[in-house]
Amino acid sequence: MVISCEKAANICDKAQYKEASSWEKIKLKFHLLMCKTCAKHSVKNKKLTSLCNQARLAVLSEEDKRKMKDTCAKAK
Amino acid sequence: MTAHQLHPDNWVDLYADYLFNYAVTRVNDSEIAKDLVQDTFIAGLKSAKNFKGEAAERTWLIAILKRKVIDHYRKINSKNGKAEVRMSFSSQTDSEGAWLEERIADPNSNFENDALVNEELGIAIQNCISKLPKKQAQVFIMKTIEGMETEDICNALGINASNLWVMIHRARTGLMGCLNQNWF
Repeated sequence: MVISCEKAANICDKAQYKEASSWEKIKLKFHLLMCKTCAKHSVKNKKLTSLCNQARLAVLSEEDKRKMKDTCAKAK
Repeated sequence: MTAHQLHPDNWVDLYADYLFNYAVTRVNDSEIAKDLVQDTFIAGLKSAKNFKGEAAERTWLIAILKRKVIDHYRKINSKNGKAEVRMSFSSQTDSEGAWLEERIADPNSNFENDALVNEELGIAIQNCISKLPKKQAQVFIMKTIEGMETEDICNALGINASNLWVMIHRARTGLMGCLNQNWF
């Protein structure tokens, strides 16, 4: 039931991607009750997740980038 | 201040995502945005000799992209006729002036600001990602933006799951620090 801060941080990261198990989440909740530092970190981590969702970030695929590089090379 | 120099070989790796985000928020279509970014790089290559080194490379490229976005809107506007203003009047004829309320701006609405804030946020996050070590940025993008499965990323990069989570953790901590002043 008692976990280290490193472990707590790891579970917290996993939870941001919905990859933490229920048991892990219980252990995390328990840790956050006792550890102020981790509790603070956890709040910020959640906030980062919501910011990333809100910004609806987009990236180009590797395929697209390769095509761009080719086109640029030809244009030179 | 030292004069800036252009390194066209690194453009796609360094700035493509940044420019793409900028374009996508303005034209609302990822295919068109992709073309605009491509056009920007080509235009940049062609006018590289006019680069005076006054601005940073990225600023210079954004300036070109801005022109490309404007050109794009000019083009579609001339094709489809001029911009059209549409108004829909209420069909309820017996509402005796109640419709007037629908016609004025809602002073409590923040709706029109949302897009603006989100755009700034996107640029800020993209900016912070570009400051991360390359490997961390790559893992973070694959996981968070492309939404890939942990296992797939591990296979693609030849790392194990605990490596991945360490990098995700460092990237997230880095981003929190970078975004801290303005967004938390």
